Amino acid sequence: MIIDFTHIIEQLPELVRSMGVTLAIWLVGTVGALVLGFFMALGLRFGSRMVRWLLYFYVELIRGTPFLVQLFLLYYGGPFIGIALDPIPAGLLGVTVYGAAYFSEIFRAGFDAIPRGHVEAAQCLGLTRMQIIFRIEVPEMTMLVLPPAVNMTVILLKETAVLSIITVPELTFLMQAIGSQQYAFVEAMAVLACFYWAMVSITGRIGKAFEQKLSKFTFAHT
Amino acid sequence: MSWKLFALLVQSCGLTIAISAVSIVFGLLIGILISGAMLSRNALVSWCGRTFVSFFRGSPLLVQLLLIYNLLPVLGLNVPSLVAAIVGLSLCDAAYQAENMRGGLTSIPKGLLEAADMLGLSPRQQFWRIKVPIALRLTLPALTSEAIMIVKASSLVSVVGVVELTRMAQDLAASTFRPLELFAAAGLLYFVTNWVLSQLGRRFERSFSWGIR
Repeated sequence: MIIDFTHIIEQLPELVRSMGVTLAIWLVGTVGALVLGFFMALGLRFGSRMVRWLLYFYVELIRGTPFLVQLFLLYYGGPFIGIALDPIPAGLLGVTVYGAAYFSEIFRAGFDAIPRGHVEAAQCLGLTRMQIIFRIEVPEMTMLVLPPAVNMTVILLKETAVLSIITVPELTFLMQAIGSQQYAFVEAMAVLACFYWAMVSITGRIGKAFEQKLSKFTFAHT
Repeated sequence: MSWKLFALLVQSCGLTIAISAVSIVFGLLIGILISGAMLSRNALVSWCGRTFVSFFRGSPLLVQLLLIYNLLPVLGLNVPSLVAAIVGLSLCDAAYQAENMRGGLTSIPKGLLEAADMLGLSPRQQFWRIKVPIALRLTLPALTSEAIMIVKASSLVSVVGVVELTRMAQDLAASTFRPLELFAAAGLLYFVTNWVLSQLGRRFERSFSWGIR
C-alpha cells in the first residue's frame, strides 16, 4: 500500500479548527459532567428517598445503554419532544449528560470510602452537618476519586469521536471527510488514531503528576 | 410503534449479543496472550505487549473500527464487514482484558509458583495451568463489566455497515420517521441485555468463589 500523508497536511487550517472543536467539547463537557455529577452524588448520598431513587434510575439508565444510542435519541428523537439542537450543542449536552452519570457514581463511591471514624470525630468536635459535608467529606472524597476521575476524563475524550456520527464537525468527522475525498482513508484514520493516542497519554501523565502532587493530603487508611 | 418493528429490533439484538459474545471470547484469549507478553522477560516482547495495550486503550474504538475495516482490504483481505467488526472489537477488548489479566497475574501468591517450580512444571505449564486459572478467577468481576462494556461498544459497529441493534433502529427510524420510539426501544433492549449480564455475572462469581480467601 502507498502511504501518502501530503493530502492530510494540505488541510491544516481546517484540521486546527476541528481539533479545537474536539478539545472544546471535551473540556467543556467534562467540566459540565464533573459539576453535574458532583451535585448528583450529593443528592445520591444526602437526598430524600425520592431524589435518591430518581438519580439512581438516571445513572443506571445512562450506564446501561450505549453512548451512540443516547446521542441518536437526543439528536434525532429530541425534535419530536421540542428539543431541537444543532450538532455541536447536542454533542456537548450528550457528553455532559453521559459523563455526569459516571462521575456521580465515582463520587458516590468516594464518599462511601471515607472512614466512618472521620465523620464521627467531626461530629464529636461539634461541626455542623454542612461543615462536615464540605470540610471533611468533600475534601477526602476528592482525594479518593482522583485516579478514577482522570480515567473517566480520558474515556470522555475518546467518546467525543462518536459525535462525528451525529455530524458534529470535530476531528474524526473532518478526517473521515478528508480520507474519503482524497482516497487516503486508511492513512487518515491511522493519523487520527495516533492523535487520540497521544492526547490520552498526555492526559494520563498530567493526571499522574497531579495525583502525586496531591498525595501529601491523603490519609493513611486503616 | 408496532410489534412488528419491535420484533425486528429484538432479532437484531440477537446479532448484537452474538457479536459481543464472539468478541469477548476472542478478546479474552488474545488478552491472555498479550498479558503474558507484557510480563515477559524479553524486553522487546514486553514492549510490543505494552504498546498494543496502550494503543487500543488510548484511541477511540470508532477510529479503530474504521481503520481496521478499511485496512483489511488494502492488505488484500477482502472480508465481510461483520468479520472486520469482530476483529476490531476483539482487539480492543483484548487490550482491556490484557490489562485486567496482568493485574491478576501479578497478584498470584509467590508460594504457589515456588511450589510449581518444585514440582518441576515448565514455565509454559506454570503459565497455563497455575497462573491463568487463578488470574481468571481473580479478574472475574472485571470480566463482567468488560462484557457489559463490549455490548455497549458493539453499537459502534453500525458505522461499518453491520445491521445490529443500533443500525436496525437507525434504518427503521429513517423509513418510519419515528426516531424517538425506535431509539428508546433500542436503548431499552441494550439496558435489559446489560442487566441480565450483570445478574449472570453475579451468579457466576458466586459459583466460582473457590480459592478466594
